[in-house]
Amino acid sequence: MENLIGALVAAPLLGAAVLLLGGKALDRIGHWLGTLLAGTSFVIGLILFADMLGRSGEHRAISTTLYSWVPVNSFQADVSFQLDQLSMTFVLLITGVGTLIHLYSVGYMEHDERRRRFFGYLNLFLAAMLLLVVADNYLLLYVGWEGVGLASYLLIGFWQHKPSAATAAKKAFIVNRVGDVGLSIAIMLMFTTFGTFAFTPVLASADKASEGTLTGIGLMLLLAACGKSAQVPLQSWLGDAMEGPTPVSALIHAATMVTAGVYLITRSGPIFNLAPDAQTAVVVVGTVTLLFGAIVGCAKDDIKKALAGSTMSQIGYMVLAAGLGPIGYVFAIMHLVTHGFFKAGLFLGAGSVMHGMNDEVDMRKYGALRKYMPITFVTFGLGYLAIIGFPGLSGYFSKDKIIEAAFAKGGTEGWIIGSCALLGAAITAFYMTRVMLMTFFGEKRWQPAPDADAAPSAEPAAEGHAAGEMPHPHESPWSMTVPMIVLAFGSVFAGFLFNLNDSFLKWLEPVTGHKEGDSPLSATTVTATTVTVMVIGVAVAWLVYGRKPVPVVAPKGSLLTRAARRDLLQDDFNHVAFVQTGSYLTRGLVYLDLKGVDGLVNGTAATVGGLSSRMRRLQNGYVRSYAVSMFGGAAVLVAATLLMRAVA
Amino acid sequence: MTASATVHSLWTTAAGDGFKIPAPHIEYAQLSPVLIVFGAAVLGVLADAFLPRRSRYGAQLLISVAGLVGAFGAVLVLASNGYATDKAHLAAMGAVAVDGPALFLQGTIVLVSLVAVFTFAERRLEPKTDGARTDAFTAQGSAVPGSEQEKAATKAGFTTTEVFPLTLFAVGGMMIFPAAADLLTLFVALEVFSLPLYLLCALARRRRMLSQEAAVKYFLLGAFSSAFLLFGIALLYGYAGTVSFGGIADVVSGTAPMTPALAETAGNDALLLIGGAMVLMGLLFKVGAVPFHAWTPDVYQGAPTPVTGFMAAATKVAAFGALLRLLYVALPGLRWDWRPVLWGVAILTMVVGAIVAVTQTDVKRLLAYSSIAHAGFILAGVVATTPDGISSVMFYLAAYSFVTLGAFAVVTLVRDAGGEATHLSRWAGLGRRSPLVAAVFAVFLLAFAGIPLTSGFAGKFAVFKAAADGGATPLVIVGVLSSAVAAFFYIRVIVLMFFSDPSPEGPTVAVPSPLTTTAIAFGVVTTVVLGILPQYFLDLADKASVFVR
Repeated sequence: MENLIGALVAAPLLGAAVLLLGGKALDRIGHWLGTLLAGTSFVIGLILFADMLGRSGEHRAISTTLYSWVPVNSFQADVSFQLDQLSMTFVLLITGVGTLIHLYSVGYMEHDERRRRFFGYLNLFLAAMLLLVVADNYLLLYVGWEGVGLASYLLIGFWQHKPSAATAAKKAFIVNRVGDVGLSIAIMLMFTTFGTFAFTPVLASADKASEGTLTGIGLMLLLAACGKSAQVPLQSWLGDAMEGPTPVSALIHAATMVTAGVYLITRSGPIFNLAPDAQTAVVVVGTVTLLFGAIVGCAKDDIKKALAGSTMSQIGYMVLAAGLGPIGYVFAIMHLVTHGFFKAGLFLGAGSVMHGMNDEVDMRKYGALRKYMPITFVTFGLGYLAIIGFPGLSGYFSKDKIIEAAFAKGGTEGWIIGSCALLGAAITAFYMTRVMLMTFFGEKRWQPAPDADAAPSAEPAAEGHAAGEMPHPHESPWSMTVPMIVLAFGSVFAGFLFNLNDSFLKWLEPVTGHKEGDSPLSATTVTATTVTVMVIGVAVAWLVYGRKPVPVVAPKGSLLTRAARRDLLQDDFNHVAFVQTGSYLTRGLVYLDLKGVDGLVNGTAATVGGLSSRMRRLQNGYVRSYAVSMFGGAAVLVAATLLMRAVA
Repeated sequence: MTASATVHSLWTTAAGDGFKIPAPHIEYAQLSPVLIVFGAAVLGVLADAFLPRRSRYGAQLLISVAGLVGAFGAVLVLASNGYATDKAHLAAMGAVAVDGPALFLQGTIVLVSLVAVFTFAERRLEPKTDGARTDAFTAQGSAVPGSEQEKAATKAGFTTTEVFPLTLFAVGGMMIFPAAADLLTLFVALEVFSLPLYLLCALARRRRMLSQEAAVKYFLLGAFSSAFLLFGIALLYGYAGTVSFGGIADVVSGTAPMTPALAETAGNDALLLIGGAMVLMGLLFKVGAVPFHAWTPDVYQGAPTPVTGFMAAATKVAAFGALLRLLYVALPGLRWDWRPVLWGVAILTMVVGAIVAVTQTDVKRLLAYSSIAHAGFILAGVVATTPDGISSVMFYLAAYSFVTLGAFAVVTLVRDAGGEATHLSRWAGLGRRSPLVAAVFAVFLLAFAGIPLTSGFAGKFAVFKAAADGGATPLVIVGVLSSAVAAFFYIRVIVLMFFSDPSPEGPTVAVPSPLTTTAIAFGVVTTVVLGILPQYFLDLADKASVFVR
């Protein structure tokens, strides 16, 4: 059974290799091959899952070593896998949602000439992401970590002919590098502290290290998580990443890759548990991000960017929960899974809407689509209800638990973060209702398809719509609707199933550990408050966007709205803080290089040259001068010899 | 007994029956390398005197090559019979040393001279006159430049075949120079090899005025320095009462049996120090060390290029050999006095040579300054005062002399209507026109610059290592910095040859006879072999690094 773990990773890796190296011969079947291999991986995951369920809680983890990768004296790195309940959860999410999105992409990318390559990248992503979650040491995890970063880069910039996509890919890559440096430093610290970077020995002997070291490792891991999971302050790339094809946004930038940071923190729980300062930092980052993302999500008119803000915010919830320690780990992962379902569903729904609307992304040009795209409307609606935490649906259970845990943190900070989480829930209800109303309700505000040249940022016309044509919204083909339907089931039932008899808690507890916090508020109070603020959020949204018509051109808006439209000035901040400072720094260095270093070099050369031309004038060609110089030289020689004796 | 009575008694005793001057005992076999060369030189003079003009060239070439090959063979035989190590001793009544350094350096000199003779004998580069091939030497040395007589001699296709015996005499003197074990032999050897060189310098076929000017300068300054040397010898004799290196060393160290006469002078260190410094100066003049270098650029430029190559290579070997023997055999007791002085000279020589070379525009002058800088590098090894110092200097000399010969041989090939095109601007783009010649020259330049995988690197490394081990680290630092400056002008020539456009009326590269080709090929091969596999030769120099007393 252990050998199957390797197969889990190998299947999509094989797909990537075949599809990327195979050439045009595979153009006609490439997408189905890719989907098949993703499905294979999912089936292997299910087999492993069934096998795992056959064992009792403590003995569920299995591991295998493939080969010794870097055997250098005390530096031993193996390619070895470990599959425990935490990894298993991710494996099922990744392969399950991944397979659905492969299927969806078959329809979505039908008219793209480079579809085979797209599926190759998707398979590459799956392989890397699976490697990330089944690795049994940090170094191998780092390989997967970089692998998903590469896949993400390639897929964001998949339409590289669009400068905006190419730029977005570069931005994502560079911002992620900052986080990656954090991870590599954390791994180095682990090696110098523990002499190894395998999970089991590192985490088991975490208590032997000083708290300072653990805080250092924890903060570096947090930096890594911030990069990959788009948390403040490394959040700026996620909005732009929506330049990628919508299935990519659904799979990588909503359901799976962006949650890798949560996985990393949860996996490294024993380190964070012993480093309270690092934990506090995690909580602060999570809280700030959940509000940040929510506020940005309120102001965006681009449906994908609104959803991207929402993703950021929801991952903020997860990070917050992970920062709470053992009272939160399980709920972080639970929310991660339910979010994987409903956010992927929402993105696929958004993709379906765009598919029907000539790839229009501006919600102000949607409206009244519920009649034209009933399946999309229903599945999207269920995802919507799930994310706002409508009682009984997935998000209700998972988010509610996180808010409870936040209050259970205790003390003043418990109140602060609990309140923030509640506020976030209200804003979530507001912006999601706004998306829902602007897209599916109200009047038609459709516009002719933008001219392809005039709007280069629009996705290429999926079904060859001519520019200037009025959209004819229609339901998408089965390959797109089926995944949406399946994900809608997940959005509806996952939370309920997980919460039934605390099944998810019992499943994950052996790995992450769990303890109940002591909340100053009763669970019922928290739940009631959560539902109340949710209703308020929905009501406000209805007052603004449901009761009166939505203007096609966005109103000027308040200062906060305008700031939120600009992603709360994140790019302006980065520009001033890093780009300008960096360019000043480089300019300074260039100046130093030109004037200082080059000056020194050229100055030396000039000095030598000048000296040379002066000294060669002594060579005047007259024997008498030469003889005099010789005589002088001889005199000096004699004098020096005598002087040496006198001195000595 | 009064002083005059002493003189009188000596006088009368010498004239008496009981006193006979013994015939000197001379080990002819052990001196055979030098004797063969001198024999060949005398034979050459006879050949020039009695053979008809047409057959002189062939005969001279044959005699020279045979003499040099024979001498080299004799060196090898002596070395293999252990004269370089355990049988090393002083021959000819203590006048000439037969030991490791002497044989190693003699072998080097003979080999260098053999290659040089090939370039002397080159007769394909100059245009034919009256159907006769001519060489780099003037048609008739006695003809005034520009005179009718010269034109007639040129038209008649005369050549100066006397250069061969002259060279052989010089070679003989150079071979004795590093082997000389007393000051008088040293002086005689110096004159024996200097005088033919003065003559050779004056014999250029083209630009004869420049050539003659160079010769006169060389002669005057050489005579000037010889005077210093001779005066130094006199002072040393005055101090030690002997001219033999070993004897002087004994007096300096106080191990010599004290005679009343010696007791009076040996206390006078001023005699010793001034005399030592003056002898040193005479030798530094020959190696071209600053501040006694002024003759080098002018003479190198004016002399016929094959002679320049010969001088630059062989003279340096001989002079450094003599310098080593003087410092290590005669004056080791004085090393705390001469070491700091030589430090200064070495630093000055490296720095001045490297810096002034930067602005040179004539390739022969450039190589002259380069040779000054190299003299400085070698001096750094001399200063080491360790056995490693001796062997590294000898290795450097061997490596350097073949590179130098090769480089000057290449210079003879690049020509235009006025003869050799020595101005550097004329060399622009040579790499495009004659890639092979330019590449070969580039190899030599890289060896001069001391780039790894060339003999220049191995030599420089050995010398600097010996100097550092001998406690002269600052000298090494200055040496490395000077090498960096020197690398600039060597590489500038490479850049000029390969990365600039050739001028439309640039010089042509003449196709030489197999003689010059052999010389250049020998240079390239030794450069590469000594660069890649220096160990054997370093060991050889190491084994031959013990001076006999």
